[in-house]
Amino acid sequence: MTAWDRFLFTFFNAEVAARTWRDVASGVGVSVFAGLAVVVTGIGVGALLAGLRSFGFRLANAPILVFVDVFRALPPLAIILVVFFGLPNVGVTLPSLVVLWLSLSLILAAFAEEVFWAGITSVPQGQWLAARSTGLSFLGALIHVVFPQAFRLAIPPLTNRTISITKNLALGSAIGVDEILGRASSELSLTFNATPLTIGAACYVLLFIPLIAISRRLERRTSWGGR
Amino acid sequence: MEAICDEFFNIPIMVRVLPMILAGLKETLLLCAILIPIGLISGVGAMLLATSSRRVLRWPAMAFIDLFRAFPPLVLIIFVYAGVPFLGYEIPALAAVAIAFFCNSASYYGEIYRAGMKMVPPGQADAARSTGLTAAQTFLFVTFPQGVHNVLPDLISNTVELVKLTTLASVVSAPELLHEADLARSLTYNTSPLILASLIYLVVLWPVVRLMARLEHRLS
Repeated sequence: MTAWDRFLFTFFNAEVAARTWRDVASGVGVSVFAGLAVVVTGIGVGALLAGLRSFGFRLANAPILVFVDVFRALPPLAIILVVFFGLPNVGVTLPSLVVLWLSLSLILAAFAEEVFWAGITSVPQGQWLAARSTGLSFLGALIHVVFPQAFRLAIPPLTNRTISITKNLALGSAIGVDEILGRASSELSLTFNATPLTIGAACYVLLFIPLIAISRRLERRTSWGGR
Repeated sequence: MEAICDEFFNIPIMVRVLPMILAGLKETLLLCAILIPIGLISGVGAMLLATSSRRVLRWPAMAFIDLFRAFPPLVLIIFVYAGVPFLGYEIPALAAVAIAFFCNSASYYGEIYRAGMKMVPPGQADAARSTGLTAAQTFLFVTFPQGVHNVLPDLISNTVELVKLTTLASVVSAPELLHEADLARSLTYNTSPLILASLIYLVVLWPVVRLMARLEHRLS
């Protein structure tokens, strides 16, 4: 067998692919479901925290700042392992999929808060004043005038962050979540062939390539704005 | 409350596993010392190819960058580490991690450099060339420093992400900080070693995260 044949046999084995693709692809549902849940929760919580921070309550802001900094500084895998192995020993047992969702949502919330907050602070002060002078309350001005502008500024950096954080869904395989990589790894040990890994990698790449393309378009549109 | 302290902040256990954790920290520092330069340098290469005026260079480079930005790093590491041995070659965990990180960070850093270079006005290069600098000198002394300056916060932020990603090496049993902490956890049946490791990451990375937040606000 030549080296090339061996490469094809190992990574692109049609016979192994035919046997395993269904099982690997069935992890796609879990990954997509968990990914959507993480995106909705993370961005939602991040927006709420940024909104809360703009009220300027010192008692609320200190914990928000600490939360944001800690979850931006800690490696995702460290957070996942602490939650997964720590909580059962103090009497809280969560399914591994919930641990994955919770950990990644908190991380995305921390990054999203920072991005939204940067957006809110870069909306000119006159916008606040004009909104308040029409009779809107502080909350009204925030929701109807300032936040929509902040959100538009936040979209490009938020898209990039969201992509890189949702790619961490693969870490679920380390705590036994039945997502794409987890299934591909178990098929790998059953078939003694790397083709299931190729299929798993292809599934992930196919899921994320469209998002990368979207982030490129967003970036191009904002750079036209004369930065 | 006491149960929580016992489980997460057990000082005697932390003291007992400290030597293991420090050995792991040493390995993590070594990983960073290898992976950060690989990323910073290969990123320049990826950027040069991706901004080339020749299509035969630019298109494959852009495809490489987009492919590996879409590739979850852990999938890449496992793919290299678990896949290559089936070809009949032994591959050390460190080499697998280095190959995976090369692909991942060349594309991430490359994309950041590219964004920075795009913001440098074309007149800068024209003016530099007209003073008699060669194309290479123009890049090295005029346009590249400005491009880097434009995206400094992103470069720092990506480096923080890279340091955090070194924890993925634990999945292929590289004896880095998180791997040793998790081993200590399974030996002591207690989460405190993981908390200790997290505190180390926090002490090192928190100042950088603060700096980043300040740089980002100053820019906007």
